[in-house]
Amino acid sequence: MGWNAGKPSRREALGLAAIAGFAALLAPRLSFADQQMVDAELKKLYGDKKFEAGKIKLDVPEIAENGLVVPISVEVDSPMTEADYVKAVHVFADGNPLPGIVSYKFSPACGKAAASTRMRLAQTQNIICVAEMSNGSLYMAKANVKVTIGGCGG
Amino acid sequence: MSSAPTPRVRVPAQAKPGELIEIKTLISHEMESGQRKDAAGKIVPRKIINKFVAEFNGKPFFEAEWNPAISSNPFQSFFYKASESGEFTFTWKDDDGSNYVSKNKITVG
Repeated sequence: MGWNAGKPSRREALGLAAIAGFAALLAPRLSFADQQMVDAELKKLYGDKKFEAGKIKLDVPEIAENGLVVPISVEVDSPMTEADYVKAVHVFADGNPLPGIVSYKFSPACGKAAASTRMRLAQTQNIICVAEMSNGSLYMAKANVKVTIGGCGG
Repeated sequence: MSSAPTPRVRVPAQAKPGELIEIKTLISHEMESGQRKDAAGKIVPRKIINKFVAEFNGKPFFEAEWNPAISSNPFQSFFYKASESGEFTFTWKDDDGSNYVSKNKITVG
């Protein structure tokens, strides 16, 4: 005790600087209204349930030259039997005017939980895909798509 | 719209029991997102196909709910595990209440 009483030590000062830096990193993320909209949609569907990683193969281009027509393929790993199958898959985007892209309902008769379509993307953004299994477990996958020309027609 | 939406579906005519088949569908539709403005600055009202349903012998096995983010002339592919001969019914539901239907037969054996 004594020699630096009253002044923050070097270690404390560094700690404070780290906290300030962390807050600065978080701040711009909070202004992304659309990420919050995606979170709100997920909450509407599944409440506060946790999503696990894995099982989902989300296939989107890394770079989409034309945001009007961006191919998207989703495949979920599942035996697709009556006892164990994929019930639903929802796809969202965090940089479009509306967060929803598509929602699929699968059944064991599908044999394979896979679907492909084409979507519009207004700008470079993340695609968020969630899958609901028949036993209630939830999975999530994310992918970023860089869009050269936006797809919302001004 | 210039012409009525025309569905196009690709289903194999024959399959072996238990065979996994891929079904590809396409329908001509402008999928007006409700986000665009016309020359006068007024928002063009939304008119999309909001739902696609695939049935086999009257039993639905695959559904897609489309949002305005789905591209015009929507494409959709998915799978079906063939078990018996029968008929697929594919239905596209428009915002304006109209349904577009395509029926395709398959022989399994």
